[in-house]
Amino acid sequence: MSASTLHRRAFPPNWGARATGLGLVVYAIYALAQLDITWARLRIGFGEAGRFIARMWPPNFSRAELLIEGLLESLQIAVIASALGILLALPLGLMAARNLAPWPLAVATRGFVAFCRSLHYVIVAILFVKAIGFGALAGVAALTIASMGFIAKLFAEAIEEISMKQVEAIRATGASFGAVLVYGVLPQVASRFIGFSLYQLDSNLRNSTLVGIVGAGGIGGTLFAAFKRFDYDFVAAILLTIIALIFVAELISGWIRALLR
Amino acid sequence: MREWRRFTPMERFTRWAAYFALVIALAWAVRNVEIIPEFLIDAPEQMLDLLARMWPPDLGHYHPAVHHALVETLHIASLGTLCAFIFAVPLALLAARNICPYRGLNAFAQLLLVTSRSVNSLVWALIFVAIFGPGAAAGTFAIAFRSIGFVGKLLAEALEEISPGPLEALEATGAPKTHVLLKGAWPQIAPAFFGVALFRWDINIRESAVLGLVGAGGIGVVLDDAINFFQWDRVATILLAILVVVILAEVLVTRLRARLI
Repeated sequence: MSASTLHRRAFPPNWGARATGLGLVVYAIYALAQLDITWARLRIGFGEAGRFIARMWPPNFSRAELLIEGLLESLQIAVIASALGILLALPLGLMAARNLAPWPLAVATRGFVAFCRSLHYVIVAILFVKAIGFGALAGVAALTIASMGFIAKLFAEAIEEISMKQVEAIRATGASFGAVLVYGVLPQVASRFIGFSLYQLDSNLRNSTLVGIVGAGGIGGTLFAAFKRFDYDFVAAILLTIIALIFVAELISGWIRALLR
Repeated sequence: MREWRRFTPMERFTRWAAYFALVIALAWAVRNVEIIPEFLIDAPEQMLDLLARMWPPDLGHYHPAVHHALVETLHIASLGTLCAFIFAVPLALLAARNICPYRGLNAFAQLLLVTSRSVNSLVWALIFVAIFGPGAAAGTFAIAFRSIGFVGKLLAEALEEISPGPLEALEATGAPKTHVLLKGAWPQIAPAFFGVALFRWDINIRESAVLGLVGAGGIGVVLDDAINFFQWDRVATILLAILVVVILAEVLVTRLRARLI
């Protein structure tokens, strides 16, 4: 045994990782300078944060009626957008699966689905507000597009992972395409599809509390108005209600998931 | 002769009850949501009008205003992600039950992580605009604070799943706690760490594009201005720029992930 293997260091330094770390530190300093974030500015900010939190306390629930109205509208937007998104995602997911659809159709559908997902739902909501006016309809349309893209992508991936044996067995009986789908494909992906749908319902609930910031209905509008009027105690009340709603929704969807398993 | 059934009557009943509740929720939402019928009928025509105004995009507008805003957005997303890790790594260590043996500290860290996750980045942006004033500083902090919960949760889960063997072996040699973490835990969670970092950076690129709508810097400010002035050809340019950056980021993340993990 040579001396070099005997005196080999147990943990040799990883120069690549060190260089990357140094690079990130240099980038952070450069970006801080570019964005004009300085210590003096942060110190002023910390003072303001104290005043801000002081003005938020205690939360003001005196306008509960407005709060509940906005919350219910958010809930309605989330439910309708999820239902529409799920319905539209079913055919799109089938069309995007490369093992079922002819490839030109699959590629085209994939492109469309990727396009639906790449724009943030708030930007889509702005466009819909400008096109079809203020209110819940714009929120429903924006969240439908986002849900459709998300579920269709995951659904297509789930279909591509199925076992083709069962599909071939059904095909061999001379079944029509519809029957192949219903008896060969859907039973294999149904539980995952329900999982994606529930997850999307959950995230639609979170997102529907926001689209109101750009005028697309729901509690976000109330929140944004309260911010603009410096009603920070009402802001605190709205934020607490939203967090409570999300918490309850997570509990319920976890419960449904356990039921359906 | 008894027929075989997959579920007991009780299971079937709860299943149907869950489906029924979902249908009731949908019916309630559709009946009560406030949609103005004139807007709904008018919608396709208005959408086509908007698209016609957007075409062709005014690409001359790209340099310099949109370009600088886009670079600022990238800085906000990257710096916000880096900043999130500074807070998220200690919180994840505190939240992981096999690393930090104090139950009280675990619960406290989990509470902070949940709070960070339940407030959306746009709402964090509203809060930080109130604290730091409009600008990129507010956006960076909004991205960072939203990411802490996400990153911290996933890192804590990865830490809880590691094998205790290497940690015990290092402890048996009398290695200090830092060495146990660095040489025992880190190699086991490194793939998850890079995966989470890249995933969150990708999400943050998308999210930082909308922060400007509430005044937190980046390309959203330019987008908001263009929309308020009804300069739809400019809006189209900005949307195209966002789309290209989002797609490039996704491609980059997929490539890096394949190399790192």
